[in-house]
Amino acid sequence: MQALYKGFIGFALILLLMGLFFGVIAAIAFFKPDYFLHMMPFQQLRPFHVSAVLFWIISGAAGSILVFKKNVFHGLPQKNIFGIAFIVLWVVSILLIFLSYCFEQFGGREYWEFPPVLNVIILLAWICLMISFFGTVLKAAKDQPVYVWMWSTGILFFFFTFTEQNLWHIPWFRNSFLKEMTIQWKSNGSMVGAWNQMIYGTAVYLMVKISGDETIAKNKKAYFFYFLGLTNLIFNWGHHIYNVPAAAWIRDVSYLISMTEWLIVISIIQGFKNKLEESRKFTYLLTYKFLLASEFWVFMNLLLALFMSVPAINRYTHGTHITVAHAMGTTIGINTMILLGSIAYILKMDAGGSKKLRMDVKAGYWLSQISLLVFWLALIIAGIIKGYQMQVLHVTVFSKVMAPVLEVLKIFLYSGITLAIGIAVIAVCMLRFVSASLLNASDEL
Amino acid sequence: MYSNKTSETPSAHVTKGLAIWQSKNCQACHQLYGLGGYMGPDLTNIISDSIKGPAYASTFIKAGTAKMPKFNLSVNEVNDLVAFLTWVDQSGHSAVTEDKVTPLGNYKLDSQ
Repeated sequence: MQALYKGFIGFALILLLMGLFFGVIAAIAFFKPDYFLHMMPFQQLRPFHVSAVLFWIISGAAGSILVFKKNVFHGLPQKNIFGIAFIVLWVVSILLIFLSYCFEQFGGREYWEFPPVLNVIILLAWICLMISFFGTVLKAAKDQPVYVWMWSTGILFFFFTFTEQNLWHIPWFRNSFLKEMTIQWKSNGSMVGAWNQMIYGTAVYLMVKISGDETIAKNKKAYFFYFLGLTNLIFNWGHHIYNVPAAAWIRDVSYLISMTEWLIVISIIQGFKNKLEESRKFTYLLTYKFLLASEFWVFMNLLLALFMSVPAINRYTHGTHITVAHAMGTTIGINTMILLGSIAYILKMDAGGSKKLRMDVKAGYWLSQISLLVFWLALIIAGIIKGYQMQVLHVTVFSKVMAPVLEVLKIFLYSGITLAIGIAVIAVCMLRFVSASLLNASDEL
Repeated sequence: MYSNKTSETPSAHVTKGLAIWQSKNCQACHQLYGLGGYMGPDLTNIISDSIKGPAYASTFIKAGTAKMPKFNLSVNEVNDLVAFLTWVDQSGHSAVTEDKVTPLGNYKLDSQ
């Protein structure tokens, strides 16, 4: 099983590298569409990037949980056969998705741009993961640390929201465009919350392991923030569709619930001093470095999300690159950093590898952090300019709206290239660890 | 539950138009209600736009642009796509005007 899980983590890292590669190519195509128009236009390139990144995140999270489940519930039945079935079906479905893109077969749904028939295999794979995970967890004692609750919530809600995402196949749901849009973004928004639960749960687990302090995952504050996250997962998706003339309660509830996230910001500020002391103790650990970076990006993206969740401000930010800054800031700064920390822990990178390899990872880490900050700020500035052009100056000609935006987006392109190089260096180093680890059959996870 | 606004059941042309919109992956570059890719403009209200309108949309779909490929759609397929965009347009407005913002920073939109 260990070899299979390591192989699956290697597969997730390859998806990350693909996501970076197609991200850079798609960004170049955005600026020079005429070069790509007859070969591979933007609307064909974007699905490769989006799907590779999306499946990197979900595969990395699921792979980490499968490995950690074995450690947390040591001695309980692991339902390994369903773990294997999940990996096989999941990998096959992703390969079929990329194959369908190669033949220009699209499903045309945001995030899920592949032919919808492939959703059946993904759903089957997820059911296998659920049987493997809950088959073990439900046999354990009821008093579980918060990360087990987070993993359980994430896995269960991904199943619900993924199913919900497919309701449009039933005519009743798609016969009203407003209903269709609302449900599509309800499910997509909550689905992001679902994989965040899986990933944040992994971050809590890693902090427990690094510090050796199990109370981190069992105190009242941890459970309070778990429930706050769960409430936001269920109710705050409405900020995606504030401008859609859907029922008013969606906007009211979402606005209200989103504002509870200020509590998380206050908690991060209050914990800043402890974090400084903690970082002095653990900063030599690679996993901790990635977790620390993710904490910084949680703070930055949370502030951005809070402003975007006020409808009066959302009027200026919606449909602009500020939304992209939020999406990429969270997927790269938070999700990817935690998952890289998790993989570094699984591969025991602090205990092995040459000095050069560790230096390469360190260089990749700093290059990616600095690049991401420039990348993120460039997108926000581009978004402000676009919002100003459209909402204040009321410019209606698209090319005129975009002319000043494109100037700022050049910074986004250049920093995006260095960001991709930085993360790719880390991913390649990790892949070398995976292959070395696979060759050494006795190496336990 | 999700919408107070009633909308007409889509015709066969609209349904076909939606299928074309999805199979050509139009949302990768265009937005509806601000949701989608940012390569091209938001198309929610292109049909009711006094300067643009259905003829303008048809021309772009048929000929493509320096940024958008020519999809080689038949006349019927172009009409179906325009029918889909017309149906979307009738559902509401993508842009929220200043007078719709309440003192608490929320919106009060037409459907309420």
